[in-house]
Amino acid sequence: MKQWFLFQLFFREMKSQKKRIWLTISGIAWGTLSIILLLSFGEGLKLQLGKANKGLGENIVILFGGQTSKVYQGLPKGRNIRLTDEDVDLLQQKIPQITGISGEYDMYGETFTYNENTLTERVTGVLPPFEYMRTHYPQAGGRFINPIDVEQRRRVVFLGNSLKERLMGDADAVGEIIQINGTPFTVIGVMQEKMQMSMYGGPDADKATIPSTTMKALGGRQYLNRLIYQVGQAEMAPLVEKRVFEILGRKYRFDPNDSKALFVWDTIEQTQIAGNMLIGIQLFLGLIGALTLLIASVGVANIMYVSVKERTREIGVKRALGAKRKHIKQQFVMEALFIALIGGVLGGIVSLIIVTVLQGIPVGDGPLQLLGKPTFSVPIFLATASILGIVGLAAGYFPARRAAKVDPVESLRYE
Amino acid sequence: MIDMEGITRVYDTGKIQVEALRGIDLTIQEGEFIAIMGPSGSGKSTLMHLIGCLDTPTAGRYTLDGEKVETLTDNQLAEIRNRKVGFVFQSFNLMPYATAYENVELPLIFAGIPGAGRKQRVTSLLARVGLADRMDHKPGELSGGQQQRVAIARSLVNQPRIILADEPTGNLDSASGEEIMSLFMELWQQGNTIIMITHDPNISDWCNKIVHLKDGLIENGEMH
Repeated sequence: MKQWFLFQLFFREMKSQKKRIWLTISGIAWGTLSIILLLSFGEGLKLQLGKANKGLGENIVILFGGQTSKVYQGLPKGRNIRLTDEDVDLLQQKIPQITGISGEYDMYGETFTYNENTLTERVTGVLPPFEYMRTHYPQAGGRFINPIDVEQRRRVVFLGNSLKERLMGDADAVGEIIQINGTPFTVIGVMQEKMQMSMYGGPDADKATIPSTTMKALGGRQYLNRLIYQVGQAEMAPLVEKRVFEILGRKYRFDPNDSKALFVWDTIEQTQIAGNMLIGIQLFLGLIGALTLLIASVGVANIMYVSVKERTREIGVKRALGAKRKHIKQQFVMEALFIALIGGVLGGIVSLIIVTVLQGIPVGDGPLQLLGKPTFSVPIFLATASILGIVGLAAGYFPARRAAKVDPVESLRYE
Repeated sequence: MIDMEGITRVYDTGKIQVEALRGIDLTIQEGEFIAIMGPSGSGKSTLMHLIGCLDTPTAGRYTLDGEKVETLTDNQLAEIRNRKVGFVFQSFNLMPYATAYENVELPLIFAGIPGAGRKQRVTSLLARVGLADRMDHKPGELSGGQQQRVAIARSLVNQPRIILADEPTGNLDSASGEEIMSLFMELWQQGNTIIMITHDPNISDWCNKIVHLKDGLIENGEMH
């Protein structure tokens, strides 16, 4: 109950020091703004990077045939290891941790024709798991390659969104017939636009995908250009890789420890490393923001000490009228918390406006792609609010103790 | 009301020791109007602070309104100041950012009295000192005499047992000074116990007992 009257008192006193208090509030607001913006940029960077990495695929490992570097079972080194569709089935059967697997065949410089438009691009031949493994998601109204397409070697094609624009403009692509090297293919889907940072052979948006069986039937291919598998639980990846070397080593008769026999592009590990780096960056940014806020709070503490000094006589009079030390202390702590609260809310609102405005600006393809999408999140809010609370309390507590120690007799003599 | 025995106050500043009071025996009955006089440095203010429980004696015993004060804690002393003592200072010591009403209200806030209960008391006291029409004025908008009247109302708001006034007319012109002294007279006639530090040579016209201090000791006490 008593807190409320003290609060009324505190409010009255605050009104008399408007200018000084507003200056201090600005300092806290600025510090809050810094910390929120820095953390939001870090969060945005993390999210965008995550999206960009998914542009290549989710938890995938890309396998290429290599060259043996060790003599094994009487066979010389320097043998080429080449992968086939059989290996796809083999690995799928023998390694339960694999959640998706497909081989991929490439063909470059293929001629695409639609009505009067012609262009040259590449085609790859894959299996249905490619859709979710390599994030080849179809736009509404279309679909990716399915098992029946594969079984019947249908002449169906899934177009990259960029390729579709260049070949067919704004036309509705699904159901249309295009010619690839003179052979008619039906378009079954167009890829959803995505951000892609890593790639091989060019962005996915620029290529066409057909069933691998169809490609083999048309061109008589024997060896895969690469094999892609997905590991559902990322931490299983090293184990799976070992098993892959064991199983393929047994089939092709190379030493399972011969790391050159197969070339492994592990995007999972890549993602982990990037993730760790990002955590480091976020911590760093957060630290800078916190330091800025700390400096602002030093300003608050400074002002409060000055305030105590100036109001010494007032404190003495209040003590003479019956105020206890804790009343005096509470008043100053309240003042500091008030400053921290208002400053924090102000800084928070301005930074939210900035973040929202920036989020709305399209970022294109350049470096802004990663840096231009600051994202606010609940943890950021909680972190900032806690820091502000601590700052307010600390900045107020020590001056408040000093105020409470004022000796009324001395202060009433104080001119 | 007040019973002091062998009160001593020594200030220890590390290098030197100052004996402000060197053994005061003082008894004040309820309803008396006591003037404390003496040259600078005689210990008047120190004695006043001790009577008002703003300070504790280095030695001696002090009973105020039946309570032994010399052994009380800081918080207990604060409560006594709040309930039993009313202070009036030479330089008024009002909060400059608050209105007359809010200034008088202050001791009630520290006593924990809710707003509704405060209003009645504050307004009637301000009326009693003749400032009913100036309740919303800040000290900057009041004359010296009016400010002191606000201070007197403030000192009365918790119905104290004693009123302590430290040269209340020191910062006022003679006309305002007279007004203030008549106000004190009224309060005395209404039964309040008043202890006043003063240099006024005519003080004997107003009070009923003078205590002369010199070098930390009482010289004599005159009765009227």
